[in-house]
Amino acid sequence: MPPTDPPLIRRFGPTERALHWVHAAGFLAMLATGLVLYLPVLSELVARRNLVKNLHLLAAVAWVLALAVVLLVGDRARVRADWREIESIDADDRRWLRGGRAPQGRFNAGQKVNTILTVSFALLFVVSGSMLWLGERDHRFILDGTGTVHELLTLGSVGLLVGHLYLAVIHPTTRHALRGMTLGDVREDWAHAHHPKWVEQERTLRDGL
Amino acid sequence: MDDRTIGRAGFLGVVGLGLAGLFLARDATELLGRIVPDRVAALAPSSGWRIYTIGSSLPRIDPATYRLEIAGAVERPVTYTLADLRGLPRATQVSDFHCVTGWSVHDVRWAGVRFRDLLAEAGPLPSARALRFVSAEVPYDDTLTLGQAYAADAMLALDMDGEPLSRPHGAPVRVVMPQMYGYKSVKWVSRIEVEPHLDTVGFWEQRGYDEDAWVGASN
Repeated sequence: MPPTDPPLIRRFGPTERALHWVHAAGFLAMLATGLVLYLPVLSELVARRNLVKNLHLLAAVAWVLALAVVLLVGDRARVRADWREIESIDADDRRWLRGGRAPQGRFNAGQKVNTILTVSFALLFVVSGSMLWLGERDHRFILDGTGTVHELLTLGSVGLLVGHLYLAVIHPTTRHALRGMTLGDVREDWAHAHHPKWVEQERTLRDGL
Repeated sequence: MDDRTIGRAGFLGVVGLGLAGLFLARDATELLGRIVPDRVAALAPSSGWRIYTIGSSLPRIDPATYRLEIAGAVERPVTYTLADLRGLPRATQVSDFHCVTGWSVHDVRWAGVRFRDLLAEAGPLPSARALRFVSAEVPYDDTLTLGQAYAADAMLALDMDGEPLSRPHGAPVRVVMPQMYGYKSVKWVSRIEVEPHLDTVGFWEQRGYDEDAWVGASN
């Protein structure tokens, strides 16, 4: 092995990566079909509204089922630990969010906020989307703001996605993170620069053994 | 305060806000329409309209060769050109449009012909009960009873918001029945069949929608 091979550190296990990519695939499928249903220019271009609507609903059902299957067969303890970590916005995170420099853990404060918003949006998408679906044939399911909430969630999610894609694919110092979400591990020196609290903790664990 | 409380509060806060929004949020597209520049507004549904179709492309109808056929339980079948229709007594109205899927467009300005004026020449027979509107978007059709079609705010529309009807909105003529959900307001009408019975089941009614589509009382 050439000496230039930098040491790697495991960031995401199979369950976490599966959740991420199932959500990504589901979201993109629903966004594409949803925009055709929603934007007049695309509706006119594509027409075939029933087909597009069925694809949108099919994608929604497949997305929810696939997430449930991953959670059912996957490492739930690890997902629970992740969520505990994500919900913990400590003093360093708060300083980081205010624009200051502060050492970050395995998830930085921005990733924590992004995940919290993504999960809450997903729940609200399921609720508002189910109401729109059922409401077509039974208007008791349609409340004043059902459509508006579904629309605003889309707008907010696209905003998150744009920022997320920029940081994961384009921005030179952060895009190495993509490797963690595809292959599972990242360069330890990169991890130490971006997530020092996590790497220190891992090293302590490793040295302690 | 526990560090975790902040994240949990944020999570529950967003979910709670969203659930409250289901009950409280009004049509945001109308608000957007006021703040978004016109060129962007042409792309986004800031007017509130969504374009619903059943086929693989929107019917494209040449106004010059367009014919509206009125047949069935009438004294004499009539065929109108677009110019003929524009020569009939003109009615105007401002009304709201409600879609069964939950969105609405308020204060749409329509101009066209009331059904009583439209049918005057053909003359419905005493046995006439309903009008079946056949769309150029095959196989879309739907019906109104004669009584419903004679509602004070029902019409065959030729203009919308001061312009001739555009293709996505059913050019050259569409039904406007504001008291019912939009699936009754057939677009691209090519033929009106006057029927001596109430048995015809429209496109969406065959797929589970209510036969009468009164806004707020049906579906």
